[in-house]
Amino acid sequence: MYTFSSKLKTLAFILMVVGIIGVGYSFFTAPKTLEEAEAIIAAQHHGGHGEAAHHEGTHSETHENKADEAHVTHVEDTVKEGHKLTDEEKAHLASDSVSSIVATAPAAHDSAVAEESHEAHAEAAVAGHDAHKAHDAHATHDEHKEHAEHVFHQLQNKPWAAVYVAALFFMLISLGVLAFYAIQNAAQAGWSPVLFRVMEGITSYLIPGAIIVFIFLVVGVLHFHHLFIWLDPEVVAEDHLIQQKSGYLNGTFFLIRAAVFIGGWIFYRQYSRKQSLAQDEATDNLSYKKSFKGAAAFLVFFIVSESIMSWDWIMSVDPHWYSTLFGWYVFASFFVSGITTIALITLYLKSKGYLEYVNTSHIHDLAKFMFGISVFWTYLWFSQFMLMWYADMPEEVVYFKMRIENYNLPFFGMVAMNFLFPVLILINTDFKRLSWIIVMAGIVILLGHYIDFFNMIMPATVGDQWFIGAGEIGAVLFFLGLFILVVFTALTKVPLLAKRNPLIEESKHFHY
Amino acid sequence: MSNKVLHVLYNDDDILMDAVKKTRAAHHHIEEVFTPFPVHGLDKAIGLPHTRIAIASFIYGLIGLTVATTMMRYIMIVDWPQDIGGKPSFSYIENMPAFVPVMFEMTVFFAAHLMVITFYMRSKLWPFKAAENPDVRTTDDHFLMEVAVNGNEDELVTFFQNTGAVEVKVVEKH
Repeated sequence: MYTFSSKLKTLAFILMVVGIIGVGYSFFTAPKTLEEAEAIIAAQHHGGHGEAAHHEGTHSETHENKADEAHVTHVEDTVKEGHKLTDEEKAHLASDSVSSIVATAPAAHDSAVAEESHEAHAEAAVAGHDAHKAHDAHATHDEHKEHAEHVFHQLQNKPWAAVYVAALFFMLISLGVLAFYAIQNAAQAGWSPVLFRVMEGITSYLIPGAIIVFIFLVVGVLHFHHLFIWLDPEVVAEDHLIQQKSGYLNGTFFLIRAAVFIGGWIFYRQYSRKQSLAQDEATDNLSYKKSFKGAAAFLVFFIVSESIMSWDWIMSVDPHWYSTLFGWYVFASFFVSGITTIALITLYLKSKGYLEYVNTSHIHDLAKFMFGISVFWTYLWFSQFMLMWYADMPEEVVYFKMRIENYNLPFFGMVAMNFLFPVLILINTDFKRLSWIIVMAGIVILLGHYIDFFNMIMPATVGDQWFIGAGEIGAVLFFLGLFILVVFTALTKVPLLAKRNPLIEESKHFHY
Repeated sequence: MSNKVLHVLYNDDDILMDAVKKTRAAHHHIEEVFTPFPVHGLDKAIGLPHTRIAIASFIYGLIGLTVATTMMRYIMIVDWPQDIGGKPSFSYIENMPAFVPVMFEMTVFFAAHLMVITFYMRSKLWPFKAAENPDVRTTDDHFLMEVAVNGNEDELVTFFQNTGAVEVKVVEKH
C-alpha cells in the first residue's frame, strides 16, 4: 500500500494556495470598467505593445504615460466641446468639405497637444480650426472607444481564460490516461497491467477535474465570463455566421452535450475501477471480461465524444473558424501528455520503492509511446497548419495569421518543445531507460502541451493582450496542486499491484 | 596446420541456448551459430557486440534531410525564384511548409535505403553469392554451432555430446 508522503501533501497544498493567490490577483487587477482598461492601454502603448493606427496620428512618441492619460481626457473634453459648438455648425460643415485640411489636421493637432495645455490651446485656436479639430477628434474618439472596448473585453477575459486553459489541460491529461488505460485493456497488453493502478490513480482526477470544467461552462452560459462569444446574444444578433451555427452552438445544447460526455467518461472510469478491484478478490475472470468489454465500448464512445468535445470546448472560442482534423489534434495533444504523466508518476513511485515489478523495460515502453505520440501530434499540427497555409483561404488562414503575428514564440516554441526536443532525446534506446532523461523530456513535453492549449484558447479570448503572468502560472499551480492531491490520495486507497489480472504475471516479467 | 572445427547440431533452441552458455563458461571459442530462425537472446549469450546500424541510419537520415533542403533551396529560391500561385519564394523559411513533405520523404528514403545497403554490405549479401550453409538442415529445423578445435579433440567431442547435441562432427575447414 502506498502512503501519501506528508511532504508531497504539503507541497500540493502550497501549490494550491499560491495558485489561488495568483488567480485572485489576476482577477483583482483585471479592469472592472472601460476607464480602467483605457488606462491600461495607455500604459501599454509605450511598452511597445500593439500600436494602434488611430493613436499614431494623435500621439507623439515622446509622450510620457501621464501625458497619455491626460490626452484621453483631452480627447473626451474636445468631443464635449465639439458638441457644444452648435453655433459654429457652419464652420464645422465648411471644414468638412475641405478634405485636404482633414488630412493635415492630425499633424497640427499633434504638435498642439505636445506643446500647449488643453485650455490654452482651445482659447488660442482659431474658431474654424477648433471646430474642425473637434470633428476629427470625434471620429478618432469613436474608433478609440471601439478599440478600448475590445481591449477591455480581452483584459476581462484574461483571468478566466487562464483558469480555463489550466482546468482543461489537467482534466484532459486525466482523460488521456483513461483512454490509454482503455486501449491497454481492450488490446490485452501484456506489459502494462503492473501500471494499471497508477493509471487508475491518475484517472481519479477526472471526477473533480471534469466537474470543475463543467461548472466553468455553466458559468459561461450564465454570462459570468465571455470566453465563448457565441453565447452572447448581442454578438449573435449581428453575426450571420454564428446565427447559422446557433442550432448547434446554443447554451442549452452545449451544456447537455458536456454533461453527457463528462457523465460517460466518469461512468467508465468508475466502472473500470470497480471491475479492476473486483477482479482482485474474484475466483473467476468475469470482472476481467467485463472490463474488456467496457473498454471496447468506452473507446467507441470516447472517440466520438472527444471529437465533439474539442469542437465545443476549444474550437468554439473561434466560432468563425473550423478545421476537420481538430478533434484528432486535440486528442494527440492530451494523449501524449497523459502518457507522459503516467511515466512521471511511475518513476516517482518507483524511486520511492513502491513499484516492485516495474523495470526499465516498462519505462522504455512508456518512453516509446511518448516519442511516438509526440511525432503523431506534430504530424497533425503540421497537417492542419500546412493545408491552411498552402490554400491560404481567408476564412481559414486568419486563425494561423493571428497566432503567427501575435503568438510567434509560443506557436513555434511549442513545436520545438513537443517535437524537436523529444524526438532528438528519446530516439536513443539507452536514453529511454534512464529516469532523468524521461523526467526531463516529460517536463518539456508537458509544458509544451500546456502551451499548445494556451495557443488554442488565448488568441480568441485575450488576443494580443496575452501574457504568462500571475493568473496563468497561478492557475497551473492550483490545478497541479489539486491534481497531485487527488491522484496520490487515490493511490493510497488500494494496493499498487493488481492481484488477479490474467496478464499480471506476464507483465511482472516483462522484458524488452 | 590443420584447421579443424566441430559442427555440433541441436534440434531445439532452448537446448542450443543452454549449450552456448556452457560453451562460453568452458571458454571454448564459438566461431558461428546457424539457426533456421532468430533465437531471442542468442546474440547476448554468444557475447556479440550491439549493432550500430541504427546510428548509421540516423546519420543517413540527416544526409537525406540536407540533400532535400539544399536541392529545393537551390531550385526554388536561388536559381529561379518564380511566383508560383503566390507562394513566397523570397527565402527558404518563408516557403518551408511546402517543402516539408519532400524533406520528410527524402529523410526516410535515405535512412531506409542506405541502411539496407549498409546491412547487405556488412553481412556480405548479394545476388549470386555462394551460400555458406554448412548443413542444409539448419535452414529447416536444426541448429548448428561451429566451434574451433584446440588441444584435445576427443575431450571436446565428449563435452559437446553432453550438451544435448544430436550430432557432433569434426570437420576439416577449407
